[in-house]
Amino acid sequence: MSLLTPDSGLLFWMLLSFGIVLVILSKFGFPVIVKAIEERKAYIDHSIESARQAEAQLAHIQAECAQRLEEAKAQQNVILREAYAEKERILEAARQEATHEGQKLIEEATRRIREEKAQAIREMRGELADLSLSIAEKIMRQNLGRGTAQEEAINRLLDEATISKS
Amino acid sequence: MKRRGYKWMGWLLALCWLCAFPTQAQHEVDVQEIVFTHIQDAYSWHITEWQGREISIPLPIIVRNEAGEWSLFSAERLAHGNTYEGYHIAQTGEYAGKVVAQDVTGAEIRPLDLSITKNVCALFISCGLLVSLVLGIAHWYKRHPMEVPKGFVGVMEVLISYIQEEVIKPSVGKHYHSFSAYLLTVFFFILLNNLLGILPIFPGGANLTGNIAITAVLAIGTFIATNAFATKHYWKEIFWPHTPIYLKVPLPIMPFVEFFGIFTKPIALMIRLFANIMAGHTIILALTCLIFITAAQGVLIHTGMTVVSVFFCVFMNGLEILVACLQAYIFTILSANFIGMAKEE
Repeated sequence: MSLLTPDSGLLFWMLLSFGIVLVILSKFGFPVIVKAIEERKAYIDHSIESARQAEAQLAHIQAECAQRLEEAKAQQNVILREAYAEKERILEAARQEATHEGQKLIEEATRRIREEKAQAIREMRGELADLSLSIAEKIMRQNLGRGTAQEEAINRLLDEATISKS
Repeated sequence: MKRRGYKWMGWLLALCWLCAFPTQAQHEVDVQEIVFTHIQDAYSWHITEWQGREISIPLPIIVRNEAGEWSLFSAERLAHGNTYEGYHIAQTGEYAGKVVAQDVTGAEIRPLDLSITKNVCALFISCGLLVSLVLGIAHWYKRHPMEVPKGFVGVMEVLISYIQEEVIKPSVGKHYHSFSAYLLTVFFFILLNNLLGILPIFPGGANLTGNIAITAVLAIGTFIATNAFATKHYWKEIFWPHTPIYLKVPLPIMPFVEFFGIFTKPIALMIRLFANIMAGHTIILALTCLIFITAAQGVLIHTGMTVVSVFFCVFMNGLEILVACLQAYIFTILSANFIGMAKEE
């Protein structure tokens, strides 16, 4: 049956043309296409990978920023607290200084007052003694003679009087 | 929807009527002859008949006689049983339809015939088409690096990627790179020729992949690709297969079976493709002939059978498009599997 016997002419032309087609396509056809597709695939994969990396990096940087901010805030709090404590301390010191100074001033003033009072008393006593003596003299000159025993008696009396008074 | 259906039916009936008249006057149709002349090779490319005149493309005949002299002439010179330079086309006998010469005793002998027949011409057209298509696509990729194609190139990329990733890579294994160009060429060659064969008019219509010479060359290609690059393991499995020893030693039954298998595999490839495509062409032609056979049996039967025939032809053409893709795929995946088996280590 002629359907099943290959025709030599067609066989020859088929061998020739299929051979040429195969050579051309396997040199300039399919490898070029397949390579282009594979290159593009690799390029896309690479791009996706780098995008993912960039994203991860960005996330990392953002986390770092947040951490830094948190740290800065904590530090600020610490500094503020320290400053407040320092202020309190300085104020306390100043208050104490002031109190101390005031007390000293008061003491000084008291001491001065006492001294001046004592001096005044002393002066007053001398004057009083003189005054009394002159009074007594005047009296004695009139009544009695001037004697030391009397002057002493008067001083004693004056002492008693001033002590009881102060 | 319903009205549209009626409209279609009307058109179809009108078409049947048209077909019915010119055939009524004709003599009885020889279906076998019509089918065989369509699925076989010819020296001229018959396109159609128009007002009693045949429109066909005469093709060059290239023959060499016993004395070694080459002759080249147009097939037109041998038309209607003419003889030219001692050659004529045999009408009956072993070489029916072929160019033959007569020897001294008057017996018909076949010269070496390298004529550009209808199939050879179709082969040239499809090869040119295939090369320009694939090189065009390759050129597109060169001009548009790292771009995703659209339209036709996009469709072709899907096909190429599918064959490369789903058929060649898993079937052939790690050495797939050296065979991918061959397998892709085979796939697109078969697919293109199958589809061109379904086209009923000029650039298509030749029954190329339904011709055993074509499928034989393709099968030889796979045979060479399988056996020329086979590993030691492959040959060991053939001549000393992994079977009980009594199947190998006194009588090498299994080695014989395995060795026979080397040849049956490509022969199966050859027959499968040839038979599928040829059968498809035959069925479509036979269904079309139904219209002309029933022409003599009255208008009613003729009309009914014409409707049936057209419906079945549409169905068969759809089926043939599926078969065209399927057979190209099957040939490629089986070739890839045979090569993969031979590359196993």
